[in-house]
Amino acid sequence: MTTTETSDLPTSAPARSPRAPGRAGPGLPAPVPGIASALVWGSGQLLNRQAGKAAFFFAFYAGAVVWEIASGNYYAGMDFTPRSNGGFFVKGLWGLFTLGTQPREMTLTGLTEGDNSIVLMANGLIAFLTLALLAVVWVWSVRDAARYRAALNAGGRTEASPAYFKRIWDGAFAYIVLSPGLVLIVFMSVLPVLFGILVAFTDYNRDNLPPKNLVHWVGFENFATIFAVPSWAATFGGILVWTLVWALLATVTTYAAGLLQAVLLASRRVRFPRVWRSVFLLPWAVPGIVSALVFRSMFNGQFGPVSQWLVDLGLTDERIYWFTDPSHPNLARAVALLVNLWLGFPFFMALVGGVLANIPESYYEAARIDGAGPVQQFRHITLPIVQRTVMPLLVLSFVHNFNNFGVIYFLTEGGPDNVDYRFAGSTDLLVTWLFKLTLDNRLYNIGAVMSLVIFVIVGTISVLNLNRTKAIREL
Amino acid sequence: MAATPTAAQVRDPRSRSGATAEGRQRIRDRVTDALLHLQLLAVAVIVVFPLLWVVGSSFGPGGGLANAGPIPENATFDNYIELFTQTDYGRWYLNSLYVAVLNMAGSVVLSALCGWVFSRIRFRGRKPGMLGILVLQMFPSFLTAIAVYMLFLNFGLLDSLTGLALVSIAAALPYNTWLMKGYTDNLPASLDEAAALDGAGRLTIFRKIVLPLMRPMLTFVAITSFTMPWMDFILPRLLLQSSGKQTVAIGLFQLITDQYANDFTTFAAGAVVLAVPITILYIVLQRHLVTGAMAGAEKG
Repeated sequence: MTTTETSDLPTSAPARSPRAPGRAGPGLPAPVPGIASALVWGSGQLLNRQAGKAAFFFAFYAGAVVWEIASGNYYAGMDFTPRSNGGFFVKGLWGLFTLGTQPREMTLTGLTEGDNSIVLMANGLIAFLTLALLAVVWVWSVRDAARYRAALNAGGRTEASPAYFKRIWDGAFAYIVLSPGLVLIVFMSVLPVLFGILVAFTDYNRDNLPPKNLVHWVGFENFATIFAVPSWAATFGGILVWTLVWALLATVTTYAAGLLQAVLLASRRVRFPRVWRSVFLLPWAVPGIVSALVFRSMFNGQFGPVSQWLVDLGLTDERIYWFTDPSHPNLARAVALLVNLWLGFPFFMALVGGVLANIPESYYEAARIDGAGPVQQFRHITLPIVQRTVMPLLVLSFVHNFNNFGVIYFLTEGGPDNVDYRFAGSTDLLVTWLFKLTLDNRLYNIGAVMSLVIFVIVGTISVLNLNRTKAIREL
Repeated sequence: MAATPTAAQVRDPRSRSGATAEGRQRIRDRVTDALLHLQLLAVAVIVVFPLLWVVGSSFGPGGGLANAGPIPENATFDNYIELFTQTDYGRWYLNSLYVAVLNMAGSVVLSALCGWVFSRIRFRGRKPGMLGILVLQMFPSFLTAIAVYMLFLNFGLLDSLTGLALVSIAAALPYNTWLMKGYTDNLPASLDEAAALDGAGRLTIFRKIVLPLMRPMLTFVAITSFTMPWMDFILPRLLLQSSGKQTVAIGLFQLITDQYANDFTTFAAGAVVLAVPITILYIVLQRHLVTGAMAGAEKG
């Protein structure tokens, strides 16, 4: 950044007659105005005889400096430290770098006000983002100065600043319309994402809570904890494997069941297909949280009806504790998969139903003439067409199930307990583990590492999927 | 959609055989028919039973989970009365409604505008912008939610329903914009161009020409963003704290975890009150929702 440069503006501007038709300034080489603008914003434009533009760029420069001085404490007449004297940018970057140096202490006059590391980090991040934005303007001004000069040297025409701004303004319509959404996204998505990434490299957890304690940068220690400390690594490995198995099985079972049901429903022999269809769509239409909580009650070990029926029918001697029996983790997993099947098959049924309705009847007629039986017709006509249409949705569904917080958390809350795991049960997915780590155990740093790991896994799958579709090329 | 029987596909087993063994064939058809409908019936029972069970429980006189059943013996409305008098359910419901309406309005307006701009206007930074949207859309919203929680916690911004709505809008905006952009791409540009020749401003073209054509996708985004806050758990659980500020999903979860065995029927009543409007909405608008989800997948 150039905020340290303080040479004054007027001296660098040549005092020539403002109107030199066709050429502005005696054939300066193109980089000169660029370098001038790089040092003092707008000075290059002034060299190019574009006063309006020069003022525009200089305003950013001056604004940043004034803001820094006004928000800081530069006239206190003591030793300069960023902590006590720095303004928005200097103190912000200092905070981001050090995360505070003064812990809260008990003194004779009471508690002193220490540094709140997390507030400092967030402020620093905002200052950093603002500087990044200013850097964009800086690059713009430098490039503009150099290119305009290059165009002039090549014999181009001069363009007055007002004309330039009018051109920019017309082109800015898109940005103006986008700005509300952009602001929202920057503050509610981008900033938190960056913040989350930063937290992964700190020791921000229940033992280190601001404003009581300072938070420190710890580098890759948290990553080392999860991947190298045996108890954590075992938990992570175990949960990751189960999450992948769960996502795969959940996707395959719901798709297979949905496909079967759609094909059966499409048969002309079915009476009242609309009625059946509407009934089968119910699990999709009922809010997932309600269904999952209902199943949780039905499979309640102590009072739930399912265990009771099994006992009444004589199939089991005693009640089954579906989700709380640590000796049968796979039972809980199987039931969770079954409940997910109940929840998920209608969506695929509806999808496949739509695809089936659009397969031309002539395909089947041709197949019948060639002597293909119903099984062959299904294998060689129905299945390939359905598969091709539904494939991207299968990947989306895999990602969705990978992060299927709802079913697991509401149904089992991760149970049954697993003594080998840290803060997790046998049915916990990575997301539910992350949720417990953050909210119940306040291990924010470990949670942030988990977020990154999940993002990398999910992102890789999504990118692979995107490459297959046309989406990227259609940008 | 497959709902129209004429369009339904048939894999007719009769086609292969000749007319020789017609009698045997007819018997086989009957058996197939019966088996088919038996399968449908079995699935229907499995689908309906849990729902029937919770509706029945909500009218049951007991309180405990042990006496809950699909068909209560002496049905009463006591659970519903208790739900609205003994718990904050009415408050939670209104809170959810507030967040849902805000989320719907914000999501539809912003995503329609952004999607249209990305689709129709060429500007510098468009490609990086689309790429950024794609990446953000992959970042699961609750991962941002946890970071938002840490930020709000330290800045004292927790416990605001409007804040929750804003975070929800932002979380879904990249995906919704992506949907809207994809949909607008497929609309004919000739109409816009004709209007532009007639001297219409860009915003007028958007309002008068593009927006009406976007209606199916607007409906999809409106429904999904209206229903999402009713079922969302993670965001409100993180961002809301006081009991008077909860949403229905949190309230229901508390009803079932706090007073487990002895107040199940009240929970059942709450579940029914939450589920019925949304279920009806989904069933009525199913066509929009399925095609919308399809469009989203095709576009990434």
